[in-house]
Amino acid sequence: METAFFLLFAGMAVLSALVVVAARNPVHSALSLMVCFVQIAALFILLGSPFLAVIQIFVYVGAVMVLFLFVIMMLDVRKDVHVRFRTGGVPALIVLVLLGTEMLALLLGNGYIPALSAAAGEGVAGSVKELSLTLFTDYLLPFEVASVVLLVALIGAVVLARREAE
Amino acid sequence: MVPLSWYVALGASLFVIGATGVLLRRNVLVVLMSLELMLNSVNINFVAFSRFLDDLGGQIFAIFVITVTACEVAVALAILVTVLRNRATLEVDEIAIMKG
Repeated sequence: METAFFLLFAGMAVLSALVVVAARNPVHSALSLMVCFVQIAALFILLGSPFLAVIQIFVYVGAVMVLFLFVIMMLDVRKDVHVRFRTGGVPALIVLVLLGTEMLALLLGNGYIPALSAAAGEGVAGSVKELSLTLFTDYLLPFEVASVVLLVALIGAVVLARREAE
Repeated sequence: MVPLSWYVALGASLFVIGATGVLLRRNVLVVLMSLELMLNSVNINFVAFSRFLDDLGGQIFAIFVITVTACEVAVALAILVTVLRNRATLEVDEIAIMKG
């Protein structure tokens, strides 16, 4: 049952990711990216971390995609729909093929991941309580730094997007 | 239970697809979206390893990745809007102001 769900979500995620890269219209890219994010949130639930799934939907589907769609709406995106890909992309293509084969070789050729897979227990990862305890004890400083990063990004975005006062 | 290698394979394939978009597409918006895809594939790996190692650190790191991604998108889109106001182009190769 779980395997069937995994295959469904993973297949949908890969398909929608391909649509993101291949679509002519940026709006279609944005919408299929949203589909991909929802699938990944479902995968997080399969992995026993419902909190991250909720965060994924809030932040990505809720905030990031709305930002993207607003910018697409503000700009005229219908200009260069005919040429999707850059010219002279052969070196990049070679790099991508190398990257893919390298990852595949690492995945198939090691004994660590199957051993880990066999040794896995039921998992403590489920409870939000454990997660929040870890976040606010061991990772308190990174948490505070993250809040400062958010503040800086907020101010930076406002300053950058503001029109210069003539 | 789904083996760990399936999750890692899914993360790797999403990463390669995202890298394809970043390296080959011309539209800046689609390049940014592909970047999001790459970051998300890394998140899948983090959470999968967190589940199979029984360690919450992976989930915490995924939370931080999501936070930093939100910041990155906000700043990147602000820069994009500013650039478009001055140059009126969406193509990656045309935006070379920093090169002088």
